[in-house]
Amino acid sequence: MVNLKEISKQKALFTGGHRACAGCGAAIIARQVMMAAGPNTVVVSATGCLEVVSTIFPYTAWNVPFLHSAFENAAATISGVESLYKSWLRQKKIDKKVNFIAFGGDGGTYDIGIQALSGAMERGHNILYVCYNNEAYMNTGVQRSGATPLGADTTTAPFGKVKKGKEQYRKDLTGIMVAHRIPYVAQAVVGNWRDLTGKVEKALSIEGPKFINIFQPCRLGWAYDPAITCDMGRLAADTCIWPLYEVVNGQYKLTYKPKVKKPVLEFIKLQGRYRHLLKPENQGILDDIQAITDKSWEELLKKEAPAVSPVA
Amino acid sequence: MAKTNIVAKTGNEAMAEAMRQINPDVVAAYPITPATEIVQIFAGYVADGVVDTEFVPVESEHSAMSACIGSSAAGGRTMTGTSSQGLALMAEMLFIAAGLRLPIVLADVNRTLSSPINIHCDHSDTMMIRDAGWVQIFSENAQEAYDNMIQAVRIAETARVPVIVTTDGFIISHGMERIEILDDQEVKKFVGEYKPKDYLLNFDKIVTLGALDLTDYYFEHKRQQIEALRNSKPVILDTAKDFAEKFGRSYGLFEKYKLDDAELAIVAMGSTAGTAKVAIDELRDKGMKVGLLKPRVFRPFPKEEIAEALKGMKAIAVMDRSDAMTGHEGPLCLEIKAALYDKGINKTLVNYIYGLGGREIRLDEIEAVYKDLADAARGKPQENVNYLGVRE
Amino acid sequence: MIEKKTKPGWKTLPEGDVIAGGGTAQEFKTGDWRSKRPIFIPEKCIHCLTCWVYCPDSAIMVKDGKVIGYDYDHCKGCGICEHECPVKGKAITMSLEREAKPECKEGGKK
Repeated sequence: MVNLKEISKQKALFTGGHRACAGCGAAIIARQVMMAAGPNTVVVSATGCLEVVSTIFPYTAWNVPFLHSAFENAAATISGVESLYKSWLRQKKIDKKVNFIAFGGDGGTYDIGIQALSGAMERGHNILYVCYNNEAYMNTGVQRSGATPLGADTTTAPFGKVKKGKEQYRKDLTGIMVAHRIPYVAQAVVGNWRDLTGKVEKALSIEGPKFINIFQPCRLGWAYDPAITCDMGRLAADTCIWPLYEVVNGQYKLTYKPKVKKPVLEFIKLQGRYRHLLKPENQGILDDIQAITDKSWEELLKKEAPAVSPVA
Repeated sequence: MAKTNIVAKTGNEAMAEAMRQINPDVVAAYPITPATEIVQIFAGYVADGVVDTEFVPVESEHSAMSACIGSSAAGGRTMTGTSSQGLALMAEMLFIAAGLRLPIVLADVNRTLSSPINIHCDHSDTMMIRDAGWVQIFSENAQEAYDNMIQAVRIAETARVPVIVTTDGFIISHGMERIEILDDQEVKKFVGEYKPKDYLLNFDKIVTLGALDLTDYYFEHKRQQIEALRNSKPVILDTAKDFAEKFGRSYGLFEKYKLDDAELAIVAMGSTAGTAKVAIDELRDKGMKVGLLKPRVFRPFPKEEIAEALKGMKAIAVMDRSDAMTGHEGPLCLEIKAALYDKGINKTLVNYIYGLGGREIRLDEIEAVYKDLADAARGKPQENVNYLGVRE
Repeated sequence: MIEKKTKPGWKTLPEGDVIAGGGTAQEFKTGDWRSKRPIFIPEKCIHCLTCWVYCPDSAIMVKDGKVIGYDYDHCKGCGICEHECPVKGKAITMSLEREAKPECKEGGKK
């Protein structure tokens, strides 16, 4: 359990002075993940917002060993780091316990990075992969990704006279990770720090490959007032657009169930990337989004193991 | 002199044996013909607990080099092997490894690049990455491949430049030869312990590696890299000198075969040099003054030294086992021409593109090249570029 | 910040794309990005550290588990802290940077 007062007394592992946008959700994720991980951590990041803003030579916001190599290979790169660690453990060249965490955006994870991620998960490296998912290629200017949801306006799938924004559903990468049969998979959001840090701690206490998909509101790409970044994350959980759950050795468990399931419109109406959906002629897309959200939520509820086992 | 064993090994087996003795911390690799055996044999060593290496059976060559970068950046001695399309797929990461100054050693079994897809030997794969900033060492035979792998580790770690050691696909990689293997302890002593400077698993000295350089720092970092590649030349020579003293086999930046008093020279790399040596012996018996210059180190290119060695020739044939698609000369020829030009040496220079896609180069073809050179030396005009062995 | 004229040349720069030492970004000031500035109201603060855990820029200064103020060298004025503050009536207000109180005008750690 992350104790804020205790952590606040320790040195910051992700410092200020980085060049993220004001109100950046990725920076919040980096800080909170590192609070849970502690100083004995090696971080590898894919190319993307987080890496670019935090490591502009000669300034680094990381107070732990950090490596960036390329865009599509955070998982492969950290596999190499972790493999060396295993080799050194065997050769008794090191005995410290070290966490290995890879960060990738949805670009570097869902799309160009999926091969490396899949390979690393299958090989069983003792690593935690954190995807900071802002639903588009934000660092290069808000282009659509495999994580972009239906109806969102991006620069490569814009809302125009003929095309209606993204015309495909987003990938369920969390589900793909569960299919890799790794010991721990979870979803989290910016805006619920206890849930997020708790999941990171839990993941790091488990041996083997772990994956956490964190929903990251992006004030620039989604176009909203940065002050409500955390609200956006919580709304995603309350509308069930981004359910908070974990899958431990294949067993699903929701870590948050909204008392009142809010309609997706509550989340959508606050964002510039969805403004065209507020027009009456686009009601169909809005309905579609609500339908897929409801369907996915129902399916997820069914996957959850019963709280009480049936009496024999 | 150190203890040695005489064994029969193919090029791939010899390289795998060298890797076993080097005992790197990590090998991350993906199979591709004709390099597959190197890592296959090595995986066998890992399975039997004969090495301390952590073997990472990655899902692509791009991930292979990525994992090697991770391991090397973390402070480990790291090796891998590949060919052709695999080298092409990891090309992005090769530049990155060199830019990050990581001493990775890669065994490349020269195989041509697609399309058309072809699994046989030519040098197009290694030539493709000549701009990547790696030291490139070509091996003529299995003995050289074995010796080069061992020296490569020291070269890479001293110069902080990654090294690629090549053999010719199938010709050497799968050809059985008599070679001398060194004693395990001697190899271990020769390569020594890797002492990385900045590395991730050092929690006493935290580093960020691979930061973004804006326009204010990139040039300085690149200039350092350029200098490091230049400085790898004396490191290569020192390592070879030490190797010769301990193990009796001499290496340099290139090899001269009956070149000193020759009038007609062929410049060729890899296994073709071996064939050329036989041709030279036969033609010398007939009174022709022929010789060979076999570049061993292609990067950094030993410009001055090669020009010096060729200055006395009447005619030179540069044999390229790849075409750089320049529209005229092949890559080795371009280097040689530039080297000679800078020294004001204006001799007849003919380029032969040969052996593409594993097309065999025969003894009589090499002898024909020398005969062309003899004609050229007598004033007969020659084509700038010839395609030796292709059906017209 | 490192001035242009004092930037090292290739011969003196440490070799390779290496930044030695952690957290050197703290030397880079992002406080001038602000158009709004948070003002801390210490008497209302319950020191729950919610603002601290959500600040993307680590701009909230905490000593011995208590909030003591803002690092205006790094605060970008996003307003998350004020929005997240759970106290009734808020222990933080956002004010326009250009209208900020004179004693805050110079920036720097308060």
